[in-house]
Amino acid sequence: MKKLLAQAYLWLLLILLYAPIIIIAIFSFTESKVLGNWTGFSTRLYQNLFSGGVNNSLISAIENTIFIAIVAATLSTMLGSVAAIGIHNMHGKNKKVISFLNDIPMLNPDIITGISLFILFVALGISQGYITVILAHITFCTPYVVLSVLPRLKQMNPNEYEAALDLGATPFQALRKVIMPEIKGGMISGWILSFTLSIDDFAVTLFTKGNEGLETLSTYIYADARKGGLTPELRALMTIIFVTVLVLLIIINVRTAKAQKKQAK
Amino acid sequence: MKRSTWASPYFIFLLLFVALPLILILVYAFQDNEGHFTFQHFVKFASESESINTFTYSIEIAVITTLLCLLLGYPAAWILSNKALNRSSVTIILFILPMWINMLVRTLATVALFDFMSLPLGEGALIFGMVYNFLPFMIYPIYNTMQKMDHSYEAAAQDLGATPSQVFRKVTLPLSMPGVSSGILMVFMPTISTFAIAELLTMNKVKLFGTTIQENINNGMWNYGSCLALIMLVIIGITMLYSDEQSAQDDEKGGLI
Repeated sequence: MKKLLAQAYLWLLLILLYAPIIIIAIFSFTESKVLGNWTGFSTRLYQNLFSGGVNNSLISAIENTIFIAIVAATLSTMLGSVAAIGIHNMHGKNKKVISFLNDIPMLNPDIITGISLFILFVALGISQGYITVILAHITFCTPYVVLSVLPRLKQMNPNEYEAALDLGATPFQALRKVIMPEIKGGMISGWILSFTLSIDDFAVTLFTKGNEGLETLSTYIYADARKGGLTPELRALMTIIFVTVLVLLIIINVRTAKAQKKQAK
Repeated sequence: MKRSTWASPYFIFLLLFVALPLILILVYAFQDNEGHFTFQHFVKFASESESINTFTYSIEIAVITTLLCLLLGYPAAWILSNKALNRSSVTIILFILPMWINMLVRTLATVALFDFMSLPLGEGALIFGMVYNFLPFMIYPIYNTMQKMDHSYEAAAQDLGATPSQVFRKVTLPLSMPGVSSGILMVFMPTISTFAIAELLTMNKVKLFGTTIQENINNGMWNYGSCLALIMLVIIGITMLYSDEQSAQDDEKGGLI
């Protein structure tokens, strides 16, 4: 009885949490302009999305989002991994200072990160566009890369790198052949995390995209919703995003579960 | 070359894109249009009833949202971590999953739900939307703490004759406090700083502190906007210090047992 009540409570909460998403997913399979109006099953919205049946600005917003996420995630992973190796070998006060600075972007609310970077770019006279958005995304993604690579370095035998150098490897060779294989898992997790954070971002992008017409998916949706009435195709897109996130999350979970199992051995 | 120097590029990056922007907010907040030192923005904030009202209203909404999330989320976390009541790991993933969906998409989904049920948008929608958006952030840390909790304390209390409600009040609740305080932090901080969510959920009828900051920055009032951002930063800093202290105290208590 107690168990039944407990399960009922959990599922009631879950229904509440998922009701909005489920409604959008259901109505992504009908053509009607207004949500809540079922005009028969159709995959037209999905077809429009992929065959260019929607306006170009939505397509270019999607392209921008993916482009920015790939570039920002890749640069963050490079910057963060090298930094993690450095931080791992640091001691005392320097390590504390850099760890503190590394924590700030994770703790800061998006709006503060966005506004502070906006003011920086204005103060330095940098015109805002792709480059400023990518720099901003690197700012809030890299800390997560650092935090996913550091544990891998801690697990590593510190003598391996020294041994490689003693045997005549250059520091770069030692990095590529000794350290890289050990931290690869952390780098991949860091990249995936950065990619999702970048795609997900709205507030920071809004403040750093400038007004030259650069839109990512979130800022496009925001502008669209502000005008009142969502483009129907966005329902299909939101459903796709939801399923993609679900799959990515499962991959990450399986990866960490595997890593933990390995560690336990 | 020492390997510790490998962190240098990132250190320079952090100084330029994390430290400097925050310093600029601090400087701009105390500057007038000609660049002279001034308190005028803070005076303006404190003397205008509209800005003070928006500010207190935002805190009110954030507190209500946090309390509702705690009220709904604590039992859920307790059930999820209790092996006798819930054995499936799928339900746990289902609770965490919404954390990874774009906040804006979730907000618009809430708007769609209200439209679909022909409910009016406004304060009710705002609070529902906020709770809906942030509930997973309350459940997850509490669940995590309860998961790591040593359940033999509960068993011991029971063996020593405590009633179920006594076990909960004297053992489970105190041991889960670290999770509760980080849950409060994870819900309160984003709710106090949201801007677009409120605008979309209330058709711009209700204005929150975050919206005011955004409007000022968009309208080129950078100094006043920086002043407001600084006020928000101070509140966030206080919240964070408070919860740090809480968890430090809890750690101490944990050490004493």
